[in-house]
Amino acid sequence: MAKVQTKNTKRIFNHDETISAYLFLLPALLFFVGFVIIPMILCLVTSFFDYTMTEFKFVGLKNYSEMFFKDKVFLKSLFNTFLIVVVSVPAVTIFSLWVSSAIYNLKGWICSFFRCIFYLPVVTGTVAVTVVWKWMFNQYTGLFNYVLKAGGVIDKNVSWLGNEKIAIWCIILILFTTSIGQPIVLYVSALGNVDASLIEASEVDGATKLQVFWKIKWPQIMPTTLYILVITTINSFQCYALVQLLTSGGPNNSTSTVMYYIYYEAFKLYRYGYGNAMGVILAIIIAVFSAIQFKVAGQSRD
Amino acid sequence: MEKTERGQLFYKGISIIVLIILAVLFTFPLYWILTGSLKSAMDINQAVPQWFPTRPTLDNYERLFKHPAWKWMFNSVFISLVAMGLTCITAAMAGYVLAKKRFPGRTVIFGLLVCAMALPKQVILIPLLKEMSFLHLHDTLWAVILPTIGWPFGVFLMKQFSENIPTEMLEAARIDGAGEIKTFTNIVLPIIKPGIGALAIFTFISSWNDYFMQLIMLNSKEKLTISLGIAKLQAEMSTDFGLIMAGASLAAVPIITIFLMFQKYFTKGITMGAVKG
Repeated sequence: MAKVQTKNTKRIFNHDETISAYLFLLPALLFFVGFVIIPMILCLVTSFFDYTMTEFKFVGLKNYSEMFFKDKVFLKSLFNTFLIVVVSVPAVTIFSLWVSSAIYNLKGWICSFFRCIFYLPVVTGTVAVTVVWKWMFNQYTGLFNYVLKAGGVIDKNVSWLGNEKIAIWCIILILFTTSIGQPIVLYVSALGNVDASLIEASEVDGATKLQVFWKIKWPQIMPTTLYILVITTINSFQCYALVQLLTSGGPNNSTSTVMYYIYYEAFKLYRYGYGNAMGVILAIIIAVFSAIQFKVAGQSRD
Repeated sequence: MEKTERGQLFYKGISIIVLIILAVLFTFPLYWILTGSLKSAMDINQAVPQWFPTRPTLDNYERLFKHPAWKWMFNSVFISLVAMGLTCITAAMAGYVLAKKRFPGRTVIFGLLVCAMALPKQVILIPLLKEMSFLHLHDTLWAVILPTIGWPFGVFLMKQFSENIPTEMLEAARIDGAGEIKTFTNIVLPIIKPGIGALAIFTFISSWNDYFMQLIMLNSKEKLTISLGIAKLQAEMSTDFGLIMAGASLAAVPIITIFLMFQKYFTKGITMGAVKG
């Protein structure tokens, strides 16, 4: 490591090594530049254009002003997206932390068994998961109505996905079940890596379980928590497939998300420029959220 | 002291019970897909749901295969396998170099990769579609495969694994006169093999399930993947739940089997990808 440091500071690079390094990098870089960087630039540039099937005209910030000042559906979608993020990110994080704390010190195979179970909805795939939930939510042949009626919770069939107030919560529920798999895997591994001697020492000193958790485990799993917060936020902001398959944004746009609305504007109405402008805003919002999480988590670590 | 110990035991018992209930709830949708696919239309539309199919039938599967379901299956397998293979090769090469070589531009390239990973990848789908039309690849399986390879997560993961390669071994190989390619295939690859395994299974599962990308890139009926196929069935015959569940089973069972077989690699990939993001 020390050797590497001096090499780096002196900035002496071996010419042949540089060439061979770039040859090794070339295939990956070609794909990365071609299918990530170029589309990103195109996305940003065309967001300033009135860009449709027939038109391509520079309009400056018009797309941006339209979405914030004129487009009620966009604002509604933005609100729904925030609602999903604000509910699902803490719920996913807290729940997966609880599950992981409960299973990480169980016997090896029992722990992996539970980990697998909670990962199942992710592996099963969004489409397969969504179609079965759609059936369970069905007003006439769905399981929910049957079970809740039999249990006396409701007295007549509810149209879960047809109700403006309820539909979004159905989406949040499914999103929740498909989001906790990865955090649990991460937390189980992080909790397993917490220094056992520290925990033993503090238990000998008479610390309670809760104290051990907050004073010893929590600070050590902080980087994992931060990572989980960031990926869950990104995924929740991008919630699309669930909405498209379950409700198509309805009823009355009550479940439309920004990602869904982008798709709608771009691929149904062919307003590419406008869709890209919304994409840019979504990317900025996600970046700001991630930055805030880093900042807050960084402070609490000190 | 005894009191707190009993309390702890009590808490542990409760949490195990809650965990078991949750486990049942989390497996239930899968159970409902599989059993639903075996129920006749009559049994499905009963007011009282059948918890277990009393008169199992393969009728739904027969009707499913009147659609080009095998072709959809083939497309899904093709996309996932090719994306997996190419991602592993390009990412292993790039990850090794980023971890083990010092050259100008290294930090910039790595920084770019990490930044790109934090951005929402679905946002770039509109320009990506335009690019694919420009390359005359729209509505071909390659339109789904190529962007998957470009996503930097694989390079990042392979860099993490390559950090473990002992530098002395690389130097020894160089002194012995081994060329770069020989060093890579004889020394680097064997060491990062578990990492490649993790990346392979991870890429396979995520491209199998990347519904949004497939939806945007593929249109014609014989180009659809199994996920798209079920979504299409659902859009056309929204209440034929038996048929839809048969499709969902066909999509879910192979990928779950693969996941369970390679579960260890998979878990490793997820945790390694997170270390100091």
